[in-house]
Amino acid sequence: MKQETVTIKNRAGIHARPAALIVKTANEYDSEIFLEHDNMRINAKSIMGIITLGANYKSVIQVIAEGNDEEEVVSAIVKLFENRFEEE
Amino acid sequence: MKNFTVLDLIDLDLKDHNSLNLKCLAGRQGLSRIITDPEINRPGLTLSGFFEEFAYHRIQLFGRGEIAYLKMLEKNNIMAAVEKMFSYQLSCCVFSYSEVPSAELLHIAEKSGCAILQTDLTSSEFTVRLMRALSDIFAPSSAIHGVLVEVFGIGVLITGGSGVGKSETALELIERGHRLIADDTVVLKSVNGNYLMGSGINEMLGHHMEVRGLGIINVSYLFGVGSIRDKKQIQLLIELELWDPEVVYDRIGTGDASKEILEVKIPLIKMPVKAGRNIPILIEVAAMNERLKKLGYHSAQEFDNNILKWLESKNARNLYSNNSDIF
Repeated sequence: MKQETVTIKNRAGIHARPAALIVKTANEYDSEIFLEHDNMRINAKSIMGIITLGANYKSVIQVIAEGNDEEEVVSAIVKLFENRFEEE
Repeated sequence: MKNFTVLDLIDLDLKDHNSLNLKCLAGRQGLSRIITDPEINRPGLTLSGFFEEFAYHRIQLFGRGEIAYLKMLEKNNIMAAVEKMFSYQLSCCVFSYSEVPSAELLHIAEKSGCAILQTDLTSSEFTVRLMRALSDIFAPSSAIHGVLVEVFGIGVLITGGSGVGKSETALELIERGHRLIADDTVVLKSVNGNYLMGSGINEMLGHHMEVRGLGIINVSYLFGVGSIRDKKQIQLLIELELWDPEVVYDRIGTGDASKEILEVKIPLIKMPVKAGRNIPILIEVAAMNERLKKLGYHSAQEFDNNILKWLESKNARNLYSNNSDIF
């Protein structure tokens, strides 16, 4: 299992477009991927799940992956957060 | 477009308030003349002997004014202008208000081989109806491979490769109470460049479908006359394609895709087909969603706006609770 902590850096937080981006990236890997925020854990391959996390600016999120390509998927998802989902 | 003759104009199958009520009084050999210009000319100036810029290839409409002037010319026996007018290759002449021109004029027309038509409509009404009919006939058109169905009042054009299940999808939609306009070949016409009108290629052969395993079926006989329609504006384009794991399909629906056909923009949905996806129901929902958008409610956008508001209110609360009250 691979786990990493990220902070949301884009002002708008995770709304529909960033959620779609996360799902799109997650779907490129075989591992099971989860996001955890405020004691809520959801599947990172579900758009509605990610949106209902309600992750706003400066929220802290755990990215958790389990599977044969867990290293790659976690670093790919963390990179999205670092790049502010290509926003501002 | 194939040549549109004067006879085609008389033969147009227009109903009720669209009907032109034309009949031919003289110059029958002129019925084969081709109408090249979908416009009307009132030949007042011409009758008075002014032939510059004479739009002779247009349909010449004689209203009450022109007819009264003609009568005056005949009474005074000055028919030179009339004879000169008919020496041009006129497309045809129309007399409104059921007016019958004099025997002399009919004779001149007969000699020059120009059809004299008559209508019981007023000049202005005839003009309006004729412009409507001709703008439809002369509209830019093209044919496209697909099925056109009306779903909840929205004209949905389903396209996609051969064997992807267009006809089967349409058949289930018809079964569910929607209407078929055309199967296989849909003729598209751009109406004033504003919207696209779709219809079948031939009214007599229309409303038949070819379904693999069944052969050719007559939809109006099988499902009733309520299940068919002659033409419909195209408001939504659905492209069926086999599910490709490499392609990323739209998951949110805020990026409004569209396609331009005959310079008209039509909303486009790319719909992947695979087992377990009930395409007819997806199309029904897409059509209803399109109606909702027309009513001013965009589900995906509204959803995203609500999330942004929600996240922003959380931000505001954090800001408030983390700030100290000492300034």
